[in-house]
Amino acid sequence: MRARVLVRPKDGILDPQGQAVERALPALGFAGVSNVHVGRLIELDVEDPDKLPEMCEQLLSNPLIEDYEIQT
Amino acid sequence: MKFGVVRFPGSCDDVDALLACERVGDATMLWHADRDLNGVDAVVVPGGFSYGDYLRAGAIARFAPVMESVAEFARDGGLVLGICNGFQVLCEAGLLPGALLPNVSLKFVCRQVGLTVVEPDTAFTSACEAGERLSIPVKHMSGRYFTPEPESVRVVLRYASGENPNGSQDDIAAVRNEAGNVFGLMPHPEHAVDLLTGSDSGLRIFESMRAHVAGHALV
Repeated sequence: MRARVLVRPKDGILDPQGQAVERALPALGFAGVSNVHVGRLIELDVEDPDKLPEMCEQLLSNPLIEDYEIQT
Repeated sequence: MKFGVVRFPGSCDDVDALLACERVGDATMLWHADRDLNGVDAVVVPGGFSYGDYLRAGAIARFAPVMESVAEFARDGGLVLGICNGFQVLCEAGLLPGALLPNVSLKFVCRQVGLTVVEPDTAFTSACEAGERLSIPVKHMSGRYFTPEPESVRVVLRYASGENPNGSQDDIAAVRNEAGNVFGLMPHPEHAVDLLTGSDSGLRIFESMRAHVAGHALV
């Protein structure tokens, strides 16, 4: 099964990458953009999708600083 | 006193760490794929880019066979020092609290920084005095220390006022575990062991470890 894991910085943790993108967009003339956050997309084929949460907790994300979302 | 320095694929400060250890005792290299710690008295997890730092710094190195032995060694009270990437590995492995995020500047920083000794009575800082200022270089991209529970973290060193190079929470530069036998820091004490290269403050860390293993604290 094809799965996608979205990993994003946890709320409240400073995200300088998101801030840099947020500052860059108006410079290109794109106004009205806020709350930009940059995360990571991991795509994988997996035989047992029930193992995905464990994979996310142990390796794909660091639960201390990141939230993950599994899409199957 | 024998130090063991772990070498992962992508470690790059392993040789400097070995040389720094050899200034105060014997030292040997430990290979990431081995489980045998060769009877060392203390383990150093050095800086670099273990396993390429793919995914997140330290995330993959924590699964190396040698890390199982290091974790067991730490559980039995053995001294473990994590420097820079080694600190990231120890945090990912859960041997130290917290995590290291990309620098606020998003830039690689490489410079000498001043550090204040917060806790001078640990196995890693007994050769220092309270409030003493150390001068040790940093060189990293992801050194911003973060913990969701700042009140419970044991801070050993802080960046001196105005010298925080990465946006670390509360200027935290080094922490230890509750038992006091695992210690991690972003600055590189192994690069500061000779006045010829600017400072020998880093030697204090290695001297403290030797003193601890020898069973007495330096005065």
